[in-house]
Amino acid sequence: MNSVNSAASGGSQPILEVRNIVKDFPGVRALDGVQLRLKSGEVCALLGENGAGKSTLVKILTGVYQPTEGEIVMDGRPLSLESAQDAWDHGITAIHQETIMFSELSVAENIFMGHHLTGKFSLVNWQGMYDETDKLLKRLGITDFDPQTPIKELSVAQKHLVEVAKALSHDARVLIMDEPTASLSQKEVDELFVIVRRLRDEGTAILFISHRFDDIFAISDSFVVFRDGAFVGDGLLKEAKEEDLIKMMAGREVKTSANTRTSVSDEVVLQVDDLCHATEFEHISFSLHRGEILGFYGLVGSGRSELMHAIFGLTAPLSGQMIFEGSVFTPKSPEDAITQGLVYVPEDRQHCGAILDMSIGDNITLPSLQSITGGLKLNWKKESSFARKYASKLKVKAHSLAQKVVELSGGNQQKVVIGKWLGTGPKVIILDEPTKGIDVGAKAMVHQFINELVESGLSVIIVSSELPEVLGLSDRIVVMREGLMRATLNAKETSQEEIVAFATGLK
Amino acid sequence: MVLPKNLLKSREGQLVLITIVFYVAVGIASPSFLSFESMDSIITDTAILMIMACAQMMVILTRGIDLTVAANIALSGMVSALIAMHLPGTPLILVMSAAVLTGLVLGMFNAVLIALLGIPSIVVSLGAMAIYRGMVFVLSGGQWVNSQEMPASFTSFPLARVFGISNLAVIGLIICVLAVLMMRYTRFGRELYAIGGNPDATSYVGINIKKRLFAVYTITGLLGGLCGYLWVARYAIAYTEIALNFELLTVASCVIGGVGIAGGTGTVLGAVLGALFLGVLQNALPVMGISPFWQMAVSGTAILVAVIVNSRGKRQKGLQILRVSQ
Repeated sequence: MNSVNSAASGGSQPILEVRNIVKDFPGVRALDGVQLRLKSGEVCALLGENGAGKSTLVKILTGVYQPTEGEIVMDGRPLSLESAQDAWDHGITAIHQETIMFSELSVAENIFMGHHLTGKFSLVNWQGMYDETDKLLKRLGITDFDPQTPIKELSVAQKHLVEVAKALSHDARVLIMDEPTASLSQKEVDELFVIVRRLRDEGTAILFISHRFDDIFAISDSFVVFRDGAFVGDGLLKEAKEEDLIKMMAGREVKTSANTRTSVSDEVVLQVDDLCHATEFEHISFSLHRGEILGFYGLVGSGRSELMHAIFGLTAPLSGQMIFEGSVFTPKSPEDAITQGLVYVPEDRQHCGAILDMSIGDNITLPSLQSITGGLKLNWKKESSFARKYASKLKVKAHSLAQKVVELSGGNQQKVVIGKWLGTGPKVIILDEPTKGIDVGAKAMVHQFINELVESGLSVIIVSSELPEVLGLSDRIVVMREGLMRATLNAKETSQEEIVAFATGLK
Repeated sequence: MVLPKNLLKSREGQLVLITIVFYVAVGIASPSFLSFESMDSIITDTAILMIMACAQMMVILTRGIDLTVAANIALSGMVSALIAMHLPGTPLILVMSAAVLTGLVLGMFNAVLIALLGIPSIVVSLGAMAIYRGMVFVLSGGQWVNSQEMPASFTSFPLARVFGISNLAVIGLIICVLAVLMMRYTRFGRELYAIGGNPDATSYVGINIKKRLFAVYTITGLLGGLCGYLWVARYAIAYTEIALNFELLTVASCVIGGVGIAGGTGTVLGAVLGALFLGVLQNALPVMGISPFWQMAVSGTAILVAVIVNSRGKRQKGLQILRVSQ
């Protein structure tokens, strides 16, 4: 079958072309005629809100799903990808959003998992694998770990680099990166991008999926936008503006949050004095005012989350004291902190936030069961109206309250997680990476919601690795590095550059 | 016809249907199986399994497994038998209390290791199971306590009848109902589902997991103690090997009843119906002239079928924004 050479948007012939792909699942059309062109030596950003069909397309390109209609064309020839092996054989590899790795095994074993080098008698050729891995790491310029390092000793960022190396071991011509920067600090992102650019210059076609516009603009040459499973548009990134892209993704204008708050009062709600931890942080002192959003910014590993754990009573600080609402605050457990009105929404939504197998309603009422039910017997009617109140307040998108959280999209899961804490009537709410990995629309909604919270008299601590988010939401920003507070900045008077300088140690 | 349709979508509904169809099919071949006496004896025979399936359900729901339930039955049963033999004048209620108390202590021993020290339940219960069985041997000196050595009041209780139903069946049904109510309508039950679904998230919510698990293993031990007396009195014999491999039947009941072995999903009703299904099977095979040894293979097949069905998830589609109802 000869391919119909559609007029490519200028320049060279694409390596990989997706033509009118349709993918149906029982009862739902996940992709409705999407198209995409990837060229050698080009980074193409795939944009779309959660549920736009990005992940489905990745799964089709990596042979996990087969398309219902349409074709994938590689080097001008139609391609059928029946399995992950097929995709690898054609040089298409993907680095997934949540890195799935074997933490007890070495870097080399992870890289060669599924295609072990074998020698005589089909036995595993260990030396060969170590040598190959060493070559791959050198090619990527990685020196801080070696082929025999166990994965569990690596940071999240380093794990991503292993994934990149793994892709290279398959002689990748097309590399798909699904949210590679979501859990990385700015410095790590920069390091990753050096490697991505190196691969691009070697001629690899890269499909880059991200929610972070800074990253998209920093790395991509072109873009494609999907919405609700359909193709919306594409073009060159240098000709596009952020607002236009957001409009294309959302189909409406999303207001980027701007801080126009006047709710901050002089009253101190939480006072932390010289809080020290055995290993993670030292000499932390700050005060949180009523109606204030206090941002905590720092690179991954700067001790932000560990500090929040201590404030929430998950770990015990070594020394120092906290005063909450005028009295000494020494939470022995999360239970303690919650009953006194301080709650913590953890970073890892899937592992620490939602109980995926339970319904939306049960998740929302769980922390507040005592106050809803009073006595021994649960009160389903009260529970249901309670859950409905918070689910609708946060505009959770779901089939019904009885739907299991596991079936929701990431953004909606996060709404449920935040919703469940509101029900406890907190005075201080600590949000750890509240918008990590969720789409623009859901993100704006969460931001707007955080603003509403402080206007209603709550105080919020927000821990985020996303600079625009911290800067846009916070009244003041605490910058941490290596377990120490480096600066407390007024959000209106500081800049991204200044914050980064403190966080990285340039200042 | 909306109701039956929804019923059949649930594991509980499917089990009821399968059990009834199987029961009637066997009954057509041998009509005596359909008699009230036969039904009565199935319930009476299965009561202990139903009780322990409820307990095991709580344990499995919270991502654990308790392999000591059968050894607990043997040990607390032996304790009650020895008291009844050596002190025949002891009131029955005290004898029963002794069994329950023994079970409670054994359960708390498991609970300390599993819930407080955080040692995996399979390891703890595997070790404790051997210890408890060994203690039965030590207590009895390897001797049997048989029906002649037990006072009549001791052995007659389980099969004595209230309104024509055996005490054993009555106790079994009461405990099943209590278990259903507890898991469905109390905060404790809801919290156990949360722990099984995601222990990390549950601890962030401020629920003390250690306390809840401690209660789960202690309650299981307590019910084991009660069943210890019931078992020994019902069969009028106590020796080291009673209820051998019975713990596996309790696990099987849960799995057949749709309790997810990974924790967080399933219902007490499912576990009880799973036990009932196994009970019907056990009673039907002799009627059909099939060797009891086949029973293992048949119930094994039932477990595998149940696991295969469990693994096929269902997803709902079509999302909408939830609104406050007017």
